Amino acid sequence: MKVLLSGNEAIARGAYEYGCVFAAAYPGTPSTEILENISQYKEIKCQWSPNEKVATEVAIGASFAGGRALCAMKHVGVNVAADPLMTLSYIGVKGGFIIVSADDPGMHSSQNEQDNRNYAKFAKIPLLEPSDSQEAKDFVGYGFEISEKFDTPVLIRLTTRTSHGKGIVELGDRKEVKVKGFERDFTKYVALPMNARKRRFVVEEREKRLKEYVEKCELNRIEEGKGNIGFITSGISYVHLKEVLPDAPILKLGMPYPLPIEKIKNFVKRFDKVIVVEELDPFLEEQIKAHGIEVYGKEFFPEIGEFSPEVVRNGLYKAGVLKEENKVEVKEKAIPRPPVFCPGCPHLGIFYALKRARAKIVTGDIGCYTLAAIKPFEIMDTCVCMGASIGNAIGMEKVLGSGKGIAAVIGDSTFVHSGITGLIEAVYNKSTITIVISDNSITAMTGGQPDVRTGFNCEGEETKRMDFKELAEAIGVEHVYVVNPINMDDTFKIVKRELEADHLSLIISQAPCVLYPQKVKREKFYVELENCTGCALCSKIGCQAIYRTEEKTEKGHYKWDIDVALCTGCGLCIQLCKFDAIRPISRKGE
Amino acid sequence: MNGKNILLVGVGGQGIVLASEIMSEFFRRVGYDVKKSEVHGMAQRGGIVSSHVKIGEKVYSPMIEKGKADIMLSFEKMETLRWLYYVKPDGVIVSSNVKIVPPIVSTGEFVYPEDVEESILKERPDAKILDIQSALKELGNDKVTNVIMIGALSTMFGFSPEKWLEVIKEAVPKKVVDVNVEAFKKGRSLMGS
Repeated sequence: MKVLLSGNEAIARGAYEYGCVFAAAYPGTPSTEILENISQYKEIKCQWSPNEKVATEVAIGASFAGGRALCAMKHVGVNVAADPLMTLSYIGVKGGFIIVSADDPGMHSSQNEQDNRNYAKFAKIPLLEPSDSQEAKDFVGYGFEISEKFDTPVLIRLTTRTSHGKGIVELGDRKEVKVKGFERDFTKYVALPMNARKRRFVVEEREKRLKEYVEKCELNRIEEGKGNIGFITSGISYVHLKEVLPDAPILKLGMPYPLPIEKIKNFVKRFDKVIVVEELDPFLEEQIKAHGIEVYGKEFFPEIGEFSPEVVRNGLYKAGVLKEENKVEVKEKAIPRPPVFCPGCPHLGIFYALKRARAKIVTGDIGCYTLAAIKPFEIMDTCVCMGASIGNAIGMEKVLGSGKGIAAVIGDSTFVHSGITGLIEAVYNKSTITIVISDNSITAMTGGQPDVRTGFNCEGEETKRMDFKELAEAIGVEHVYVVNPINMDDTFKIVKRELEADHLSLIISQAPCVLYPQKVKREKFYVELENCTGCALCSKIGCQAIYRTEEKTEKGHYKWDIDVALCTGCGLCIQLCKFDAIRPISRKGE
Repeated sequence: MNGKNILLVGVGGQGIVLASEIMSEFFRRVGYDVKKSEVHGMAQRGGIVSSHVKIGEKVYSPMIEKGKADIMLSFEKMETLRWLYYVKPDGVIVSSNVKIVPPIVSTGEFVYPEDVEESILKERPDAKILDIQSALKELGNDKVTNVIMIGALSTMFGFSPEKWLEVIKEAVPKKVVDVNVEAFKKGRSLMGS
């Protein structure tokens, strides 16, 4: 049977068909749908972990127990998971082990565009790079086989367009693979220096065998074509190249690490010139050149940003392969449409309080709430990586001499991911900053995946809800306050008092996300325009349901109105209106 | 089998992804190779959404090359203006007349111009601007722009409306099947068929 699947759906399907029994992940665009889709197959136990390191570690445990295991994450997640991954390379596996990295060239929703193919070389593990959904599914099968055959973890690297792009995939049945069980093997599984020093040689030996394997591996194939210029490419770059030059001779590398050097040498010999077409880093090009093989690449193609058919076309034009370039220019005729907080988002309440309390510095973190860095709030001053807000605030305090007025804002999922250690740092090193957990009890930014605050897990079963107040008190935080950001005055008073206090405080700002796990349904509000004085105070809350009308008051101020279709009835704006203009819908027609 | 590049554009929440899912599935069933692509993430929060659907004998890249869209279906008129450059000089442009004002306008920094439709037509006199605003009122449902657009698209291919409706009925929630069938027909009639 054939169906349309995204690359992420295809990875999940591959896990199912090729006998995977366990999967773990932490959500992150563009990787999130992998585990979401795996959770639909009851044959695979799966879980959202608190972060990518833990996801990798539990998947390693599953592999040690002899089951085929997979973990998935976005590119920057692999940085978090790098610690177990680097040593797993020495230890090897029992059941097949795959780590999927979904990279984000062009930074559609990421803080950097690191090229995670480098991790394969760094960790000395095989790399598979699918070009479309069918390959994404198939490569999971190859990945498990290679992993078990060579006793190694395998990295499958997707990019935004292979993850989210859809294509036609032929489905197969599941092949059960027996769980082998754990057997104690001290020299393999215990990475003590005495063992690791020996395993280091095993890794080198394995690389040698892998280098022989890639020479005959069918994933590295030559597509014959016309002309005296050859191309070497992999991943998404392959499909862009095929689109622009359908008849070109291509060496397509489905398994680009370790590189099949002999195959490349023989391919290059046949042409006047060979061009490497690869997105981001010159990963293939540099290694090929290091072997003394003459190829071209980054003199024609950019190292920055995402590839598209026009980027590839223009590179080929620069290389003299094509006579015409794509000169179509983006014409900025439309007004911008930057992303905004959802109407009634509980983050609005806490940022309004921080703004009103005149926080001097607000260090930020990764989540929907990073939107507070842009209009209308423009109150968040930093954003580095998951959990960085707390550490950044502490460092600022140490250098500036006081923690007064410095706040760190972090979401619940991000706090659990990497913020708890920051909180311990704050207590231990006597910080006096104010830490705010904006807790909406879900991982919202990536589409509403449950976390330890949600009350259920990825398979929908009920589970414990972590209590942040108890956690903080156990760590030793003496001033912990739970506020509801919808109660604006109470929230403001506590935020102001704690910002000015000479001690460490934790404010847990708690209210559910308006979208997840289900859309909130509350009585909405409307504006009795006759009463509006145009003071515009309601607009300061930054709610996208509130808009300026064309109507003016006698004094010439624009009146403001609520788009009732967008309003979610949070009740923030009504607290700001002194003129009884904002009212619940039930009062309409009074 | 002629290849076609279909670009869908609009604003988060207008059902663009579902529309592109429906048409991709339709073309797969009638025998085309299909690739589609869009970007998730930040764009979902009231931002710009674009989806690329490519059909043909064999499709490689899931992305439409800039300036090479054969058909653009735009769900919002400012977005039509934004994406005009993506369409071939002889490409088909179908635009909604619906206006969705971005929240940034509230800050007073930008103004949503009155003459968006004139600007579109000035650059592309052949663009079809459909009165989706009235159609939505008539249908009594403001969430069906996507299926109206599929109706419009269906007039550009020779397949029977029933075949399209088959896929639409499977894809939309049961309780709104009827209004979506009407929306599909509306899309066809707005295109004059």
